[in-house]
Amino acid sequence: MATRALIGALSKATFRLPTHRFLSVGPIPRFASTLVIAEHEGGSIKAPSLSAVEAAKSLDKDNSISMLLAGSGPSLQEAAAHAVSCHPSVSKVLVADSDKFMHPLAEPWARLIQLVQQRENFSHIVAASGSFGKNILPRAAALLDVSPVTDVVEISESTKFVRPIYAGNALCTVRYTGAHPCMLTIRSTSFQVQPDSTETKAHNAPISQVDLSTFEAADTIGKSQYVKLTSQESERPDLGNARIVVTGGRGLKSAENFKMLEKLAEKLGAAVGATRAAVDAGFVPNDLQVGQTGKIVAPELYLAFGVSGAIQHLAGMRDSKVIVAVNKDADAPIFQVADYGLVGNLFEVIPELLEKLPEKK
Amino acid sequence: MKIMVAVKRVVDYAVKIRVKPDKTGVETQNVKMSMNPFCEIALEEALRIRESGLASEVVAVSVGPAQCVDTLRTGLAMGADRGIHVEFKEEGGLNPLSVAKVLTALVEAEKPGLLILGKQAIDDDCNQTGQMLAGLLKWPQGTFASKVTLDKEKQVATVDREVDGGIETVLLDLPAVITTDLRLNQPRYATLPNIMKAKSKVIKKYTPEDLNVEIKSDLEVLQVMEPPKRKAGVIISSVDELIDKLKNEARVI
Repeated sequence: MATRALIGALSKATFRLPTHRFLSVGPIPRFASTLVIAEHEGGSIKAPSLSAVEAAKSLDKDNSISMLLAGSGPSLQEAAAHAVSCHPSVSKVLVADSDKFMHPLAEPWARLIQLVQQRENFSHIVAASGSFGKNILPRAAALLDVSPVTDVVEISESTKFVRPIYAGNALCTVRYTGAHPCMLTIRSTSFQVQPDSTETKAHNAPISQVDLSTFEAADTIGKSQYVKLTSQESERPDLGNARIVVTGGRGLKSAENFKMLEKLAEKLGAAVGATRAAVDAGFVPNDLQVGQTGKIVAPELYLAFGVSGAIQHLAGMRDSKVIVAVNKDADAPIFQVADYGLVGNLFEVIPELLEKLPEKK
Repeated sequence: MKIMVAVKRVVDYAVKIRVKPDKTGVETQNVKMSMNPFCEIALEEALRIRESGLASEVVAVSVGPAQCVDTLRTGLAMGADRGIHVEFKEEGGLNPLSVAKVLTALVEAEKPGLLILGKQAIDDDCNQTGQMLAGLLKWPQGTFASKVTLDKEKQVATVDREVDGGIETVLLDLPAVITTDLRLNQPRYATLPNIMKAKSKVIKKYTPEDLNVEIKSDLEVLQVMEPPKRKAGVIISSVDELIDKLKNEARVI
């Protein structure tokens, strides 16, 4: 038995040995140690950041995962308290407390990631592929002179990833062959957090403060300032994480008619999305746009009303479990991806749905 | 002030792409190519800034094979003053980090006061080059811009950014890097006289070696595949049937 175990360990070790390609640029550490860049709001870790931990977990089974939080004041401390028990795989929480991180500006954040990396030498750095991660991670990667991988949907080995290209019309498998850290942003809808993994209260990761004494004030810090955030207040669930999404396109014809869709969303407990046409026509604000350049969603149920189904829109919703399309044009491309299609006038269908749908529990 | 705009030649946005049978990539031979839509928006913004008197010159830059000159001509026909083509023949060997390094070297030579790029190319969907360029130059960045206002006296740019959950406004010291979102503007069409005029505008050529940039890739493409096809759906005839299917067959409501 012992011999067998030894042989097993040896063959594993050989398998992990860096190839000549790695040697030329510096060896990848034998075990993965990952830094997850986390976003927090109102004292708790945002759901996409938990998905990033879930993704980090699949990089290597012996992965040790640290979470980096930055900000200032009581809300950061509260978030840190949440972070220590937010996911059983988090083994350490790094906290950077400074006014410089009060807002999600790329310049101080990228410098912070560089600083933490230089000290701790992680093999991987992961963030969720939201507007925050997409803004800061490539900048940090340039400072560390490595190529990041955007919007990873599948991790098959610690350096082998699948990501969509051409608006999701092709899936590209890439291998990262550069020096560490290997940096990636992950598509949060592809790494759903297991429901039981968030409830492990017994788990408590230690918190360590990031020493910011060498965080120079010069350089780029201070060349950008945060002015304000104009947000759309909404009581409906967040579009990126909603279980049901109701989307309207140009067929809705006006902002007024979109209210009808909002009523339907309320009844279903759904989030409201929109196509580019609906946003450009001014029916709804930009942040509701679903598609290649808007949000990527993968809800259990996606209901599309008056949506033709352009390539760029399909890119944002094709991974939904069940797709329903209501359109009066029977030839609309949306019907090619819809599980259930209803050819009809949405101004008749929506009121009928409102009337006949069961009350949500 | 000089504005530099980076433009990329990509498969036209309306083309339904085909994956090569040997899974090495996407078919680009005999496929309609155009300027990346986000780059058009970037160039339009630069032209508007020049037209408002806040900039003196707009330089369009493209990195890639010989045909990138066509993309640059399109940019010149829209109104860019001159072009720079950094020729790199090997297809597929260019990643955002290399492009950012090439652009950094050009910035050192050209000394622009503002860089505008698209937020992402619609082929590789990376959304990285602008951020990396800003990082290498140590300039501030305003990504996903839906509105840009320049203040010439204070040498700052106010940028409205499209972020998750709304619009974020940031104030950047110039020089800065801005990447454009779809909502920033509506790009103009090149008119025939301008297309003719563009033929006599200068396109300066460089190679990465001229700029002392080593193009290397630390990402290896193993294979490119078509995404899984969804199974065919059904057309149903009434709302009642739809509710019934969702409740009893799909069990989602």
